[in-house]
Amino acid sequence: MTDATPMFEARDLTRHFDVSRPLLQRMVAREGRRILRAVDGVSFAIPRGTTLSLVGESGCGKSTVARLSVGLYGPTAGSVIFDGRDLAQARAMADQRRRMQMIFQDPYASLNPRWRVADIIAEPIRAFGLVQTRGEQELRVAELLTQVGLSPLDGQKFPHEFSGGQRQRISIARALSSNPEFLVCDEPTSALDVSVQAQILNLMKELQQRLGLTYLFISHNLAVVRQVSDRIGVMYLGRLAELSPAESLFRRPRHPYTRALMEAIPDLDMTGRERIPVGGEVPSPISPPSGCAFHPRCPLANDRCKMERPDLKPAGDAMVACHAVEEGRDDAMPLPAIARDAA
Amino acid sequence: MTAAMKRFLDSDLWWSFTRSPVTVLSAVVALVCVLGAALAPVIAPHNPFDLASLNLIDAFKPPAWDEEGVREYLLGTDDQGRDVLSAIMYGARVSLLVGLSATLFATLLGVSLGLLAGYAGGALDSLLMRICDIQLTFPSILVALLVDGITRAALPRELHDQIALFVVIFAIGISEWPKFARTVRGSTLVERNKEYVQAARVIGVPSARIMVSHVLPNVVGPVLVVATLNLGLAILSEATLSFLGVGVPPTQPSLGTLIRIGNDFLFSGEWWITIFPGLALIAMVLSVNLLGDWLRDALNPKLR
Amino acid sequence: MSNAPPLLQVKNLRVEFPTRRGTLVALDDVSFDIAPGEVLGVVGESGAGKSMTGAAIIGLLEPPGRIARGEILLNGRRIDNLRYEEMRRIRGKEIGAIFQDPLTTLNPLYTVGRQLVETMTTHLPIGPAEARKRAIGWLEMVGIPAAAQRIDSYPHEFSGGMRQRVVIALALCAEPRLIVADEPTTALDVSIQAQVIALLKTLAREKGTAMMLVTHDMGVIAETADRVAVMYAGRIAEIGPVREVVKHANHPYSEGLMASIPPLDRRVERLAQIDGAMPRLSAIPRGCAYNPRCPQVFDKCRALRPDLINAGTTQAACWLYDTETARD
Repeated sequence: MTDATPMFEARDLTRHFDVSRPLLQRMVAREGRRILRAVDGVSFAIPRGTTLSLVGESGCGKSTVARLSVGLYGPTAGSVIFDGRDLAQARAMADQRRRMQMIFQDPYASLNPRWRVADIIAEPIRAFGLVQTRGEQELRVAELLTQVGLSPLDGQKFPHEFSGGQRQRISIARALSSNPEFLVCDEPTSALDVSVQAQILNLMKELQQRLGLTYLFISHNLAVVRQVSDRIGVMYLGRLAELSPAESLFRRPRHPYTRALMEAIPDLDMTGRERIPVGGEVPSPISPPSGCAFHPRCPLANDRCKMERPDLKPAGDAMVACHAVEEGRDDAMPLPAIARDAA
Repeated sequence: MTAAMKRFLDSDLWWSFTRSPVTVLSAVVALVCVLGAALAPVIAPHNPFDLASLNLIDAFKPPAWDEEGVREYLLGTDDQGRDVLSAIMYGARVSLLVGLSATLFATLLGVSLGLLAGYAGGALDSLLMRICDIQLTFPSILVALLVDGITRAALPRELHDQIALFVVIFAIGISEWPKFARTVRGSTLVERNKEYVQAARVIGVPSARIMVSHVLPNVVGPVLVVATLNLGLAILSEATLSFLGVGVPPTQPSLGTLIRIGNDFLFSGEWWITIFPGLALIAMVLSVNLLGDWLRDALNPKLR
Repeated sequence: MSNAPPLLQVKNLRVEFPTRRGTLVALDDVSFDIAPGEVLGVVGESGAGKSMTGAAIIGLLEPPGRIARGEILLNGRRIDNLRYEEMRRIRGKEIGAIFQDPLTTLNPLYTVGRQLVETMTTHLPIGPAEARKRAIGWLEMVGIPAAAQRIDSYPHEFSGGMRQRVVIALALCAEPRLIVADEPTTALDVSIQAQVIALLKTLAREKGTAMMLVTHDMGVIAETADRVAVMYAGRIAEIGPVREVVKHANHPYSEGLMASIPPLDRRVERLAQIDGAMPRLSAIPRGCAYNPRCPQVFDKCRALRPDLINAGTTQAACWLYDTETARD
């Protein structure tokens, strides 16, 4: 625990996608290349044994960050540092690759329908040669199944025989089978029913405590994020709007987008209460607005916001990318109801 | 084994099979064709290739039920005095052999290239798919004729009869692979982006292994359908080539060859020489096609 | 909420799916009413039968599913046994439907204006010119900026949130008395979701339209519905006023369901969870379908299936509230 090197670090991470039409069509229509800036200069670090969550609406780039973090995509610019090593370097070494794993969103697509559950879970064990004999492998798979709350006998079944929640347990067992230290969880519960979501979240917390795991947790659900995170990054159009310790984010959200997002969430206590919708829609990441990407929807926007893109700057114990916060103009926007209630 | 059998009899596939009389009938007809062809040397009443047993006196005998018919030759005889029924059985043997081999060849080629194109993407994908596009703009029989012609021209004449069968198989196979490649590429594009493939990539499983052990098993369903439907087409292509005289060598007549030979006598009254091989061809192709149609519907979750 | 006679009555509805392995009962003995101007929320886990209830009402059950028993009455008139053509007329005119994916409702080949105009001229006694004028009005009302220009756009020219607004305009433009909305906001982002919900709510209130709102999002229900029906394994487990069901549920399942929602206003070390999973239709247990997961289960629950009975503030299908059981 004295090791101060963060488990994971993103430095000015950028990923663009070329979504241009084919050359011939482009020439006919006389249009240029179209570059989608999915992730545009994102920096954060995750200390060992902690959870950092990225939240935001669809298209904000959080899932792209998840895929960049395990090397499914390579960065266009910037770098990913895994335990002090550049990710590409680390991924070239099997004993480093073994230490990172990913859990996916769709429990129906994340398990090969033609494989038996035991083979699915054993794939990483075999790929990294973690056991010597068939018998050892079976023993390990049984142990993993028990660890995620399934029966060792379930190994002989096929994925379609399981419910969504059970499949997600199988996914977790597969991820754990290589004894990883860093888990990237891309919306692990958003395809599940709430009662099952609670089971999976509890399981993930338990495993983190028992195995000392480090999580990068991606979600669009602020309530879920609050339950699991140590730190939270709020993303908007490929950039971090705010990066803050979890509790202070909810006690005192600073970025106008964070505030608007919290205000928009329906809550059980809301019966009969109107929520204040954020106006407008998320702009296209192909042609993001100038200056601060949130300015067309922001009640605090002024000329500077339209011209100059804000960088993440310290504000209290958080980091916020907002000119209004920096200039102290943010008092004009009320805190959302949940933060007011807490205060 | 018995457990696997039991599982099969309990499967939705078997259930939908037993519920469709047309399919069961097709399966029976196809089975009769296959057995008749495969067992021809054992069960055929005559050996049409045994020149010693041929007798020109027996030539042009009409079917057995005709007044002039002979019991010995159920479906009559041709100009050489060969038993038409036996000739059909031996001919079907060649037709089926060529059809199955050509389909197998096209499947192997198409599946490998389709898998590669879909998984690798990029320039390779574009190149392979453009070749498919171009080839699909020609009727496949034209492609087969072209390939057949080129191959024959390229090879020394004395080899022709020996390798004619392989040339036909190659020509038909080459003319059919784009369909397989397209089908497999399409499914591969879908599977490649599924999360189970990404999970394998995260742990660093090599691409070749991912293609073979993860993607391939999940794209074979549609291939099976295309292959079955294609078998009928391949048999027809072979018959057409043989009918045009560029197919199998005359020493190993297929159904197409028989139809061509019989065609000369159609208008002089000896209709049976061409009609019976023709009917056999229709029965074989139709039954295989109907089986393919059923398979397509049975494997399509949307229609269930 | 009011004493007006119910607009929609569903009585003992049973939907079956014949399969080769026997008949699956997808909905069993489902009964509820919706009054004019009332929003009934229907919640439950996937596969509980909430969408199927909506589909049965609008006459769009996917074959081989069929209504095996029970009645559906709209304004006192039976609509569950109508022929396809008659039902189609009712579907446009008296019942509006909103589905999760706006693309399945909109015809990609026609402009949204044409679709709105056609719907109105078919069901209302107005001409095309008047219909077009009203179409622009509807688009404005659902919050589409520059409606007069955008009316001639095709569905693909709208963003997801805007498209869902068009669907809502389409469902409302023939001024139906009932709207069946199946997960209308699930495909949308939170910020857009709030806009759409606010819109639906206002329109329902202003026009006195009744609404059946099917969703798995309890937050949306809490905010929008007047009453809630909680479904489990094809039956209604509990039905009652939204405040009661959400805050003081009587059925152990509703209670567990509400408790398992992660709270936004605090962090808890361990979330309340319901162990196990909802049974498949082919393996619904004897007695109360919830009994294997229920923390308060007793012998009677394993033997007999409870009907909806009075549980004080709500109605719950649970033996805990049976007075005779209590006396035993």
